[in-house]
Amino acid sequence: MSETIVIAETKQGMLHPVTAELVTAASSLGAAPTLIVPGTDDSAAAAAADLAGVGRVIACVGDCFSAYDASSWAKAVDACAPAGIVVCAASQNGKDLASRLAARRSISVAQDVVAIDGTTLTQPIYAGKAMQNITLNGDAVISIRANTFAAAGGGGGAEVSVMNQSADIATAVREMIAKASERLDVAEADIIISGGRGMQDPANFVTLERIADTLGAAVGASRAAVDTWDEIPHSMQVGQTGKTVNPSLYIAVGISGAIQHLAGMRTSKYIVAINKDAEAPIFKHADYGIVSTWEEALPILESELKALLG
Amino acid sequence: MPDIAVLIKRVPDTNAQIRASGDRVDLSSVKWVMSPYDEYALEAAMMHKEAKGGNVTAITLGAPECDKVLKDAKAIGVDRIIRVWGDSWSDLDSNQTQIALASAVRETSAEIVYCGKSAADTGAASTGPGVAERLGWASASNIIGLGFEDSGIEVIIPAASGNARTGVSLPAVISCDKGFCKPRKPNVKGIMMAKKAQVEIHAADIPASGINIVSHTPPPQKAPGQTFDGAANVPTVVTALRNDANVI
Ligand SMILES: Cc1cc2nc3c(=O)[nH]c(=O)nc-3n(C[C@H](O)[C@H](O)[C@H](O)COP(=O)(O)OP(=O)(O)OC[C@H]3O[C@@H](n4cnc5c(N)ncnc54)[C@H](O)[C@@H]3O)c2cc1C
Repeated sequence: MSETIVIAETKQGMLHPVTAELVTAASSLGAAPTLIVPGTDDSAAAAAADLAGVGRVIACVGDCFSAYDASSWAKAVDACAPAGIVVCAASQNGKDLASRLAARRSISVAQDVVAIDGTTLTQPIYAGKAMQNITLNGDAVISIRANTFAAAGGGGGAEVSVMNQSADIATAVREMIAKASERLDVAEADIIISGGRGMQDPANFVTLERIADTLGAAVGASRAAVDTWDEIPHSMQVGQTGKTVNPSLYIAVGISGAIQHLAGMRTSKYIVAINKDAEAPIFKHADYGIVSTWEEALPILESELKALLG
Repeated sequence: MPDIAVLIKRVPDTNAQIRASGDRVDLSSVKWVMSPYDEYALEAAMMHKEAKGGNVTAITLGAPECDKVLKDAKAIGVDRIIRVWGDSWSDLDSNQTQIALASAVRETSAEIVYCGKSAADTGAASTGPGVAERLGWASASNIIGLGFEDSGIEVIIPAASGNARTGVSLPAVISCDKGFCKPRKPNVKGIMMAKKAQVEIHAADIPASGINIVSHTPPPQKAPGQTFDGAANVPTVVTALRNDANVI
């Protein structure tokens, strides 16, 4: 069996929960994985060591990790990680790092893996219109989509070692421009409620926001909504030229279900569609479709959810 | 006045129906286009030239039918067009692709390479950062803002805690998201020039593939859903989400 290495996903210095899913994916490919935890210090290593099934933890510590910089991260992580099959998260930065790391080692990278069956890995291609099944010839770097593997549990007791790295950064963050809103990002959310052109006016997105707050959800949008209204930023766009999401629940409101929108959300575990047009293509992909205007459906949805969730 | 390169890829139109036939997808009747994000990269390269000078070279990797996207780039106004290919190549993996493209970039005197953040076919987002690593250059990915400075560029990269205004010194590879430009359309003169333009062919030595493609299969089919007529059914759906789906 090959050696497997997991590159932990971190968020503001803490271990991101997807890391536990990466451990499960890596364990299905080989022996107990080595978990590399990049950071400016080793504070996330204890949580990493607690994950069941981890062979050992290496805290890869360096100043370069204060903000994402592809070349220094790849150099530092490469120096800490043994040879083998490396597993990263298929997040924006995770995929970028996976690619640089693979190139550094002159091996292949396979992105967005959603299933592992023996030695066969499956990844969506053509925006999810088909699946590609592959096998690896030797070492490779792979990235794993969030929400596709069960999370490893706690109670592990892996040994932690610290490796200090110094790598010159090649890109320098000059300023963080705060987000217009503090709302949850669609790429991070387990529940998403999205509005399309059928919302008729960006002001009507407040209704979606109120429901999102009740559910702990993020608010997304179709491209038509983003392109039509300045108030709806591109960062909210779900789809082929927006974000690819994989939540447990996706609620599409006033969205027709164009193929490019489906490209970004078709793997959601449950899809609810609210649309006044019974012929809208989104209904073919919805687990639960409600043929209604949002003006009628959303107030009921809001009061039902408030009654249920408080 | 650094020269500029832009990597572009020919892909099926995003509206195309893609079906697996046998164990491979059937692409025989799809319409082919330049990958949407590459249009932003091409625009970025042209903006860079207008701001700072330098020649723009468009590079693609693929069989002769990929000349079309190079001609499209030529019609927009790039100076050189290069296609990287070897007659025996097929199904290149990321390692082979990046080695071949990096070798073509070295052929130009480019110090900055623009590409799309991901291609519409694989969606992988591997090429930009991978080519940068081969060249030993900086890279910045998924940019949504771009400005030109005396000794480099400034880009805006979306991050978890906001947007990072980031300085990048050259040489560098920049992968482009949408949001900072509107790709220009070719004019008649450009289209005429492109017809006559010569595609330069570049060969490269590539290693064996690290990946075997076993098969292409249709996406997993979900069980058909239920559709309810009228808002009065919202409580039924909420109950199902709670009790059957267990997602709220
Ligand atoms: C290269 C390319 C990339 C693209 N990328 C994306 C992408 O990333 N994401 C994306 O979303 N799209 C993308 N698109 C665009 C896509 O093709 C569609 O145009 C877009 O998704 C349509 O958005 P929509 O469903 O909000 O609008 P429409 O198609 O206009 O649909 C509006 C829907 O709202 C319903 N409606 C109207 N009023 C009400 C009401 N009162 N109550 C309830 N329902 C109502 C209507 O019945 C209709 O179904 C892309 C297109 C191309 C060519």
